[in-house]
Amino acid sequence: MPTLDIRGLTVNYAVQGGTLAALAPVNLELRDGDFMVALGPSGCGKTTLLNCIAGFLAPSDGQVLLDGKPVTAPGAERGVVFQKHALMPWLSVRDNVALGLRLRGVPAAERHRIADDKLALVGLSGLAGRAVHELSGGMQQRVGIARALAADPELLLMDEPMGALDAFTREQVQEILLKAWSASNKMVFFITHSVEEALFLATRLIVMSPSPGRVSHAYDDLPFSRRFLAGENARAVKSDPEFIRLREEVLSHVHRRETVSLDAPAQESAVG
Amino acid sequence: MADSTPTPTPTPTPTVRTSAFRQPGEGSSVLISVVTIVLLLLLWYGVTAMGWIKPLFLPKPATVLQQFIEYVTGAANDKPLWDHFVASMMRVFAAFFLAVATAVPVGLLMGMSRVARGIFDPPIEFYRPLPPLSYLPLIIIWFGIDELPKVLLIYLACFAPLALAARSGMKSASQEQIHAAYSLGATYGQVIWHVILPSALPEILVGMRIAIGFGWTTLVAAEMVAANVGLGQMVLNASNFLRTDIVVMGIIVIGVVAYLFDLLMRWVERRVVPWKGRM
Repeated sequence: MPTLDIRGLTVNYAVQGGTLAALAPVNLELRDGDFMVALGPSGCGKTTLLNCIAGFLAPSDGQVLLDGKPVTAPGAERGVVFQKHALMPWLSVRDNVALGLRLRGVPAAERHRIADDKLALVGLSGLAGRAVHELSGGMQQRVGIARALAADPELLLMDEPMGALDAFTREQVQEILLKAWSASNKMVFFITHSVEEALFLATRLIVMSPSPGRVSHAYDDLPFSRRFLAGENARAVKSDPEFIRLREEVLSHVHRRETVSLDAPAQESAVG
Repeated sequence: MADSTPTPTPTPTPTVRTSAFRQPGEGSSVLISVVTIVLLLLLWYGVTAMGWIKPLFLPKPATVLQQFIEYVTGAANDKPLWDHFVASMMRVFAAFFLAVATAVPVGLLMGMSRVARGIFDPPIEFYRPLPPLSYLPLIIIWFGIDELPKVLLIYLACFAPLALAARSGMKSASQEQIHAAYSLGATYGQVIWHVILPSALPEILVGMRIAIGFGWTTLVAAEMVAANVGLGQMVLNASNFLRTDIVVMGIIVIGVVAYLFDLLMRWVERRVVPWKGRM
């Protein structure tokens, strides 16, 4: 059973006159089927954490272990969905989704079949032959999700994938993502600024705070995504009193941390 | 790119306004361009017909057209225009394709490798701003007066802009695209082949347009020495006999051919990189 272990992960950036602690020692463990959402203000180190898991960034100390093996570089077992600008405009929608399979030498007929499968999963069946630049922002993000799923990773990393979408498209893509996730039951590590999005998608939620970046609060066993997948209406889930209570509680954590971080503005700006 | 249509089509396409405010440079300029050309031709006709400018300085349009017809039909006391045209085309395009085949790999290598950048950057940046006429004597002394020095001169003019375009094109891929490819399991070589090179294409195509432009401007200089055929040679030869009508005709032919080729390149651009500027 796939697991992700993050042990004592520390990242320090060199800044003028010393080092900046972007990530204080972070310890996390993800198991199969976990949908973990990291929430927090700018500069709390959530993207730094994701970049370490993806292998884009080497930590100053500590380790990321996937199934016991240390992560040292990007790899196909960790798929990434970016906020934007990550599709290849010279490839059709289908070829974008099939890119990972092509890179590992899967024959054309088979990779097209898998790509069409994943496109159906994100509701884009009819657009396989289209050019990427003809698609709306929401459709492009769904292509990005289908591309990551087609490579069949053990872990899906999503760096604010809905950040550039409008509120309506966002809700639609959230629902599509949850359905795609439940069909594969992969581990997901998802970053967002939106508390509502975090609570709706997550089975586990971590709230991060800046200076230095660390996990300040954690919620396990959040029920809302499962209730949606069990057939409940998304708006009904999001307006449930328990959902609203938790939303306010989580918001208060984020806000308190923001006030604290404002006391030390010099430290905040450089962390991504 | 709507202004590349050579003639205004009579189809009554209604103008669709997409915004209530003004966009800088919005709208089609085809009709205005056609009117400008017609006015310039009328002005040319007017000042020569009224005799305000002597034919030696500016020949009449009719004389130029007559020269053109004589050259096309072979009635002129010179080789037919077609021979000149083919000879110049061969030189320009041989040089251009040679430049594409060598400058693009060199530019890509410069973008990829510190060593290649260190080696190629000084010589390219040194010779790039030199006027071709200044090193033409050297090329003649070294390579003689055959076809080789002529092609070489045009080749050098094409090489620098192409190499620089390919080099900077290597930086076109976004960090996200590169990260995405690695996260899909790509090797370094696969990232180069599947991400870096395709994303460099738009800039390489722009480099090709700029390079062929330099090629045309260098054509006459290249044919200054010991050429007996070619559009540039035709113009130079005519200027020795003060035949400005032939000079003007040759200039127009070179200009029109270069413009038509640029239209072709723009068409290729739209076909090959339709996503350019839209992502």
